[in-house]
Amino acid sequence: MPDTLAGSGTLLRLAIRRDRWLLPAWVLGFAAMAGFSATATADLYPDVQSRVSAADAINATPSLVALYGRVYDPTSLGSLSLIKLTAFGAALVGVLMVVVTIRHTRAEESAGRLELLGAGTVGRDAPLAAAIVLTFGSSVLLALLTAAGLVAAGLPVVGALAFGLGWAGSGMAFGAVAAVTAQLTTGSRAATGLGLVAVALAYLLRAVGDMPDSGPTLPTWLSPIGWTQQVRPFAGDRFGLVLLPILFSATMVSIAFWLRSRRDLDAGLIADRSGPAHGRISTSWGLTFHLNRGVLISWAVAIVLFGVLLGSLTSNVSGMLDSPSMQDFFRALGGEQAIVDAFLAAEFAIIGSIVAAYGIAAAGHLNTEETAGHAEVVLATRTTRLRWATGFFGFALGGVALLMLLAGLAVGIGHALDVGNTAMLGELVLAGLARIPAAWVLTALTLAVFGWAPRLTGLVWGLYAVFVVLVELGAFWNLPSWLLDVSPFVHSPKLPGNAGALVPLGALTAVAALLTALGYIGLQRRDLTAR
Amino acid sequence: MSAVTVADGSSDLVVDARGVVKSFGRTRALAGLDLQVERGEVHGFLGPNGAGKTTMLRILLGLLRIDGGTVRLLGGDPWRDVRSLHPRLAYVPGDVSLWPNLSGGEVIDLLGRLQGGHDPARRDRYLELFDLDPRKKSRAYSRGNRQKVALVSALATDADLYILDEPTAGLDPLKESDFRTCVRELRDEGRTILLSSHILSEAEALSDRVSIIRDGKVVEAGRLAQLRHLTRTSVTAEMATVPQDLDRIDGVHDLAVENHRVSAQVEPHGMDPLMQALSASGIVNLTCQPPTLEELFLRHYGPAAGQSDDA
Repeated sequence: MPDTLAGSGTLLRLAIRRDRWLLPAWVLGFAAMAGFSATATADLYPDVQSRVSAADAINATPSLVALYGRVYDPTSLGSLSLIKLTAFGAALVGVLMVVVTIRHTRAEESAGRLELLGAGTVGRDAPLAAAIVLTFGSSVLLALLTAAGLVAAGLPVVGALAFGLGWAGSGMAFGAVAAVTAQLTTGSRAATGLGLVAVALAYLLRAVGDMPDSGPTLPTWLSPIGWTQQVRPFAGDRFGLVLLPILFSATMVSIAFWLRSRRDLDAGLIADRSGPAHGRISTSWGLTFHLNRGVLISWAVAIVLFGVLLGSLTSNVSGMLDSPSMQDFFRALGGEQAIVDAFLAAEFAIIGSIVAAYGIAAAGHLNTEETAGHAEVVLATRTTRLRWATGFFGFALGGVALLMLLAGLAVGIGHALDVGNTAMLGELVLAGLARIPAAWVLTALTLAVFGWAPRLTGLVWGLYAVFVVLVELGAFWNLPSWLLDVSPFVHSPKLPGNAGALVPLGALTAVAALLTALGYIGLQRRDLTAR
Repeated sequence: MSAVTVADGSSDLVVDARGVVKSFGRTRALAGLDLQVERGEVHGFLGPNGAGKTTMLRILLGLLRIDGGTVRLLGGDPWRDVRSLHPRLAYVPGDVSLWPNLSGGEVIDLLGRLQGGHDPARRDRYLELFDLDPRKKSRAYSRGNRQKVALVSALATDADLYILDEPTAGLDPLKESDFRTCVRELRDEGRTILLSSHILSEAEALSDRVSIIRDGKVVEAGRLAQLRHLTRTSVTAEMATVPQDLDRIDGVHDLAVENHRVSAQVEPHGMDPLMQALSASGIVNLTCQPPTLEELFLRHYGPAAGQSDDA
């Protein structure tokens, strides 16, 4: 082993020790999610006939193809039951691996802990090597456990393995992308951000590439998430395509090591510019604004693009009305407008869950500020805890509201461009605004946990994942309604198309207010965490 | 103990902590700590790493809540009276962490404004004195430079009490002496400085009084001159003839006689008998060194700490 890799084994053990709860929990969560979906679909579509019509309906609906991809074998139970999870799950696995990779590379470096280790017998490349072995290893473990989950649900072994490997490929590819972004920026948040942008871009590419009926086009083949789908588990099981993410990861890892060899510790390839000698920030609110505005702007741009894309796809729903059996089905549901409304409402549900993640991250910034030792400096001045926390928390609430307003406008504009009139614009903006209170509940929950047990702030992400799964898949899995009611997202009014939404909105807002009050009380009473 | 306490409670004590207890889970960080800081003094708060210095300072800043005892800071309660107390404080944390993408100048000005405003002349003077480039982004600063950012910001603040937690840990010796000048200037203006340190020479050079903390308790407090009585003076003498029976003198320890050279550690009450004995035999050359804080520390934290080292 070359000197630059000395100590990799020790670092790997350290990384496993640090992630001994988090990583297994996520990996098991993914495997369980896949298994549940398979079981539920088997109950929902007991015969081939029902599966084929469901699969045809999905394949004929561009907005669903853009969101989830195609069902490549309408007769296959596996292909149908995992349609929602193939691309979406691959993106989530990608996000997880980006976070894990950065956590063990750039985050350690900018926290100064690598410096501490670098003085021991740890080679320059060892931290990167350990992080890559950890992400690749957990990707493979994820593949095997997911396959086992699917087999337990009664699906064929070969297809289950293909599905698991497809997910693992995405995990490895985005872990390797994060290994590169970790070399580019000096801050870990920026490195994570770049990695997540890569995941979003890959998802968008495959959405565009999957649209033509003739089959996947070039954009799909440029996207690691597209590769995962094209393995086509339970519909051909093209194992050879797993080579694509492996080759891609190998290339990215080589680039990462090459970049690492060309830079100093603590340096990035994107160099730091000097700042002003005199500052203009003069309040704790100004500081919050300065620290968070860049992230909010990126989110706003992403949400607007995503919203316009989704809005412009919805009119295609009427294309499904071509088949006579579908026409009966839709008539029963309330006609074409009701179907368009239902699709738009489903899109707002997804955007609402995504924006809730912004709320959690923005409110969670309080914890980052505290553990980094920045809060101590601010709180030693005249700034009270209340004012300090209100800056970050208020920004999180305001950011959520702004993003949902933009989402409503973007979907409305996309829809208007598509159908040629702005009749629905106002209604769609309202639909966006109606998703705010549920996202606020998650934002306020973050503050509540931070107020009482700052070390557990990260657990809110786990709850968030449960809430999203409950609203997206809970009904599909036939879960009892009391369990579904736990998720705040379930109570968001399904606009456009439904009236009488004020009561749940009021209730969600009241819960958010209660959690906020709880959080402030805790924060006023507890010790500040030592660095 | 020379703390001045006035009966009505509005004492001349800037800090008055009595019997402070603070635990983190099962770890007891402070076990009945007493700390009295008088107005207008430089108070050295000494102890090894992990003794509880930073915990006590964070209690004074209202960041931590005490489990027992009482703490008064500038006549108020540090946990409750943040609004009225903090405008009178300036603080330098022991482990300075700054927002990585703000420049040093931005951080200094931000903290100054959060504190109610710096005197620009003082800001610029301290920047120059510490030779700090305010344009650099914080993440590009070395530890010493981050420390300087916090120091400039704190020193440029118009405060009654300056709480400095190991303020020179990352500074080079040249800047350390500039720092001492600054602290003396502040004291001469009538301000109070509470300076925690495990660097003894620093506290020795600056402090009017010290409190020595060990395992969450103050084991020694007072003027340095008083504390020195607690320990021994190192005496070395070049003699014309060597007197007998020096080892019989009470309070003389570690006696070594080598040719005409005598050296010993002497307690205060042994000094006079020893000098009489020596001068009767003809002193050629005599060196007496006062105990350094290192020796005080050794007494409290050394292997034989807590028991008589005569044994």
